[in-house]
Amino acid sequence: MSEKKKNLPKNSELQPELVQLQRRLFLRSGLSLGALSLLSGCNLQDGDQVDKVLWAMSRWNDRVQGMLFRPNHLAPTYPASMITKPFPFNAFYDADSAPEIDGDTYTLEVSGLVRNKSSWNLAQLRALPQTSQITRHICIEGWSAIGQWGGVPFRTFLAHIGADTTARYVGFKCADRYYSSIDMATALHPQTMLALDFGTAPLPTEYGYPLKLRVPTKLGFKNPKHIAAIFVTNENPGGYWEDQGYNWFSGS
Amino acid sequence: MTPADQPLPPQPVRRRIIHPLLVRATHWINAFAMVCMVMSGWAIYNASPLFGFDFPRWATLGGWLGGAIAWHLAAMWLLVANGLIYLCYGLSAGHFRRHFLPLRLRDLLRDIKDALTFKLAHQAGVYNAVQRLMYIVVLLLGVLVVASGLSIWKPVQLDSLVDLFGGYDTARRVHFAAMAGIVAFVAVHLALVLIVPSTLLPMLTGRAPRHSRKNASEQEQQA
Repeated sequence: MSEKKKNLPKNSELQPELVQLQRRLFLRSGLSLGALSLLSGCNLQDGDQVDKVLWAMSRWNDRVQGMLFRPNHLAPTYPASMITKPFPFNAFYDADSAPEIDGDTYTLEVSGLVRNKSSWNLAQLRALPQTSQITRHICIEGWSAIGQWGGVPFRTFLAHIGADTTARYVGFKCADRYYSSIDMATALHPQTMLALDFGTAPLPTEYGYPLKLRVPTKLGFKNPKHIAAIFVTNENPGGYWEDQGYNWFSGS
Repeated sequence: MTPADQPLPPQPVRRRIIHPLLVRATHWINAFAMVCMVMSGWAIYNASPLFGFDFPRWATLGGWLGGAIAWHLAAMWLLVANGLIYLCYGLSAGHFRRHFLPLRLRDLLRDIKDALTFKLAHQAGVYNAVQRLMYIVVLLLGVLVVASGLSIWKPVQLDSLVDLFGGYDTARRVHFAAMAGIVAFVAVHLALVLIVPSTLLPMLTGRAPRHSRKNASEQEQQA
């Protein structure tokens, strides 16, 4: 055997280096941006394994947010001088497509776990105790705007319809095909309101005439406009954006 | 059987651990979580840009706003849990004190000068003053990005935290600035790994050859 061959490393000597190399290649492939770019296709729409994890995490976030929610902790209020003008329009359609509703024939349907299922007209809603607030509307996109809303405290309305306040959800159906739902704790929050006014005048069409839910403890998309029906239920009614992947709780 | 085929007796280990397993594990988990957070965060930013630019679509994660938010609020748990484990370890095991302190202005000025003139020597397992400063700053930015992120996520429940930042809009800007600082750190961090590639393997295996420690131990003996 030549001297040269004897100097070659033996298998047992190489073993630790090989293990290290394998580890390095494994980690490198696992951590590469290339692998992550494959994940960027996971967007809650395809139902693949990553999407299932994302949906499960979103449900987990619902639960944590429900626990973090303090039923009587008020959202900050602002002076009239800080009101955002003009207040932005936002919907899944253009402002021109907002539904034109005749206030004289408008009725609000009530159903589900309530004692009194008769419908309401605007005069009846105006006859209930009214309240007003100047709070910040925060959009899921990140922008925010301060506005003034007036109307009926939602818990006052729930008391009038004899809602089962041990039920879990309140759902909303709107005249523009929009729908959404909130948890009962949020529905009973002192600042949650069935808004009839924006500023001191009735809601303009683009802000939800004739009836909008104003919830300062939720993101903007959970403040449905042009409400046509309200129902109390133990089955999660989901929502237009929520069913596509926006976090259902989306509380702030 | 020739002598070459016989198993070797155990050899004395010539390498020593410079990065404990917990530091390596939290480092790589953090790297994954941060990439997810930054890329999904850029997609969320694009929905309503704070400044006059968008992030390129290829650099975002989630495909659309709902997907990006789902990624952001899922990876958030990984980032925070991993960060808390690292912070607890760093504070309780003396990791921060040993590696990041002391940080003297004199050392910092000297090391900055050496770095700018490409004279800064690298010693495995010993951080120079510039590295110490950068690691301390990026840890503080990490705390800032989480605190401002929480205040954007829960501006009503955490309204005192929002007040601390000077309001919702400012908290959003602070969140962006802290992200930018962290991304700048990562850019420098990666550039340094490219310049001194021998630092990468120890971050995976934990081990560095003993000889690279020689200068350091000599210095320690002199001190």
